[in-house]
Amino acid sequence: MDLNDTPEQAAFRTNVRSWLEDNKADAPAASGDSGDTAWIDSRRAWQDKLAEAGLAGLTWPKEFGGQGLGPIEQVIVNQEIASAHVPGILDVIGIGMLGPCIIAHGTDEQKSRYLGPMLHGDEVWCQLFSEPAAGSDLAAVQTRAIENEDGSYAITGQKVWTTNAQFSSYGLILARTSPDKHKHKGLTMFIVPMEGEGITIRGLRQISGEAEFNEVFFDDFVVPAENVVGGVDNGWGTALTVLMYERLTIGLGSEGFGYRSDRFAEAVGQDEAAKSDPEVRQRLGDLAAELLAVRFTSYRTLTALSKGQIPGPESGLAKVTTVNAAIAAGELIADVVGPEALDEDSEWAYMISFLPGLKSAGGTEAILRNTIGERVLGLPPEPRLDKGIPFSELRAKEKEAVSA
Amino acid sequence: MNLALSDEQEFLRDAAKGALARFKTVEAAREALEDPSRLPDLWSTVVEAGWTGLLISEERGGAGLEAFDAMLVLEECGKVLAPTPLLGLLPASYLLDRGGDEACRAVADGEARPTLVAARPPGDLEGGWTVEAASGLARAEAPRIAADGSVTGSAAWVLDAPQATHFVVVGTDQAGNGAASVVEASAATVQDATRYDATRALGHVSFDGAPGRRLDVDDGQLAAAWYLGQALLGAESLGTVQTCLTMSVQYAKERFTFGRAIGSYQSIKHEITEVLRKQENARSLAFYAGWAGQDKPEEFGLAASAFRSSAGHALDFASRSNINVHGGIGATWEHDAPLFFRRAQLNRRLLGGAHDATDRIAGELFAAQAAAAA
Repeated sequence: MDLNDTPEQAAFRTNVRSWLEDNKADAPAASGDSGDTAWIDSRRAWQDKLAEAGLAGLTWPKEFGGQGLGPIEQVIVNQEIASAHVPGILDVIGIGMLGPCIIAHGTDEQKSRYLGPMLHGDEVWCQLFSEPAAGSDLAAVQTRAIENEDGSYAITGQKVWTTNAQFSSYGLILARTSPDKHKHKGLTMFIVPMEGEGITIRGLRQISGEAEFNEVFFDDFVVPAENVVGGVDNGWGTALTVLMYERLTIGLGSEGFGYRSDRFAEAVGQDEAAKSDPEVRQRLGDLAAELLAVRFTSYRTLTALSKGQIPGPESGLAKVTTVNAAIAAGELIADVVGPEALDEDSEWAYMISFLPGLKSAGGTEAILRNTIGERVLGLPPEPRLDKGIPFSELRAKEKEAVSA
Repeated sequence: MNLALSDEQEFLRDAAKGALARFKTVEAAREALEDPSRLPDLWSTVVEAGWTGLLISEERGGAGLEAFDAMLVLEECGKVLAPTPLLGLLPASYLLDRGGDEACRAVADGEARPTLVAARPPGDLEGGWTVEAASGLARAEAPRIAADGSVTGSAAWVLDAPQATHFVVVGTDQAGNGAASVVEASAATVQDATRYDATRALGHVSFDGAPGRRLDVDDGQLAAAWYLGQALLGAESLGTVQTCLTMSVQYAKERFTFGRAIGSYQSIKHEITEVLRKQENARSLAFYAGWAGQDKPEEFGLAASAFRSSAGHALDFASRSNINVHGGIGATWEHDAPLFFRRAQLNRRLLGGAHDATDRIAGELFAAQAAAAA
């Protein structure tokens, strides 16, 4: 059991640290408003600088501009960036999840056209998967892609919870090409430009009042056949690759939200009465233990990764723990500080308002527990009414049930 | 970054599993509730396996291993409710070793069976060293240890007290500082306090000027002995959680109601998944405690307290959940589930209690914050 770097990792860390030391004067502020174009542009420029220095796309193969390194090196870069108090790459979704999907399933033309500008922040990407009626049950997406006579596709439908859509150049969209097939079989993944005739992007305001996510509407939006990724009607398999990389990205950056036991303890400990209150101490102790556990869970994940194992659905448990411990921390801090903790300029108001939504991000907690119960523990599946039925028929049945 | 077990650690764990599998410990746990003589005597197994010397340095006849290695053995003990004296013996052996005591070799060879009279070190709010009281929420003052090593005072719920040959007593000297002394069991008054869980030998111990041998250990080592006890109890609890989880999953697959396996119901599935979540969090903290014990002593108090607290909560939940999943049959005398429940109920209150470990997490975090500000 060793949390120390190997000599090679230590040398790598030293290089990263000295590069950051030399260049951090050029870094933009670590946090800002996603609607602030100047800040976003400075983040793009910073991503480009990181990419030039070999600090973006570390795990991408060298032939696509990456460094061909492992997850440990990625974590070292994440840690050094965090301790230098500078922002990391802007396009975490593109580089962490969508790029690897294109590397795995894309055509040679797609790889040579899209990966370079993605890596350097010239073109930011977004993930167009979730819909108002398809979140945890992602294979239920209703956005249609209808093949035109010239072989192009016309896309119509609504996507939601789309991070970065307002400044993205491209998106990866999961759409239904064959509604008469079973729900998992009739889906196709497309690359879509995020501007043009038939696309509308609207900010989606959340509890805090900020619009960090977007809704994206497509109305006969035409994309050429060459934009299909991973084959027509093969979109579910392509989506699973993205979701696997999503777990990986989250697993490697679990403390990225700043949900740390020492930070919460510091907030509580500002209040002398709280420090000696038995109930406060129990609540803090419990949530701190959960967050400390998550830290070591991520080390366990790294150990498995470095042995070539791929994180499975069990990694979702760390997300459940993190979110619920942070919710408990927000409530404890608000109880200790009082209503001022909820003021817009307080350090905690944003976190408190953000967490209820985060609880369902990447699948609701209830569905996550189903998945883990079935895939990890081998418990028998919930009876399903959508097995072996064409998607179109399934929709008709659902409508019938609602109107009855 | 590597949390993988070494080959030696895997061997140690597998050997423990193999050695304990020779006994029907769970069956005995039930029979011993009515007839304590039915409990298997694991002492010779513990000695032959070399567990008594796990934490004693090689030059004093032990294996010179770390807290994490001992935790692996305790986890196997917890899986099968094995009645071993290790929870009291190992922290005692740690202090004997750190104090360079002459008894180390005898302990490693199994000729002596010491146990720790554990005292909780001062925290951010309480200044003194305290031990378990026989009843009530308040803790009791730790025994007094004179300059000549003689001990006066008492402590309740001491692990393995009925069978121990020596007590390694943690208490305070005339100045109120931490101190430790080795006392022969014959010089102490021991009242057997084994109850509710027949596999857990306990006793109330008192000393009235009992002659003892002062150990040359500092407050940091005395505190480490307390936290080692927390980590070992956490490890043992983690093992017990795993058995509860295995039993629950198996039954949820086999038992049908309303035409479906009960594990297909979300209510059951989510409850069992919560056991898994708590178990895995506790396991992660086992690594934290093991790593801190070895490489980061200044965080051992935080890590061991977090592990004990988390594993304690996990066992509370898992042992009740196991009964819930089984339904009424899980609450009957013939079933195994109540034996794990009994273990959980008693663990809650041993070595300060789980709530005390949780409180200590907060205390350690506040103390670290104060130290950083200073």
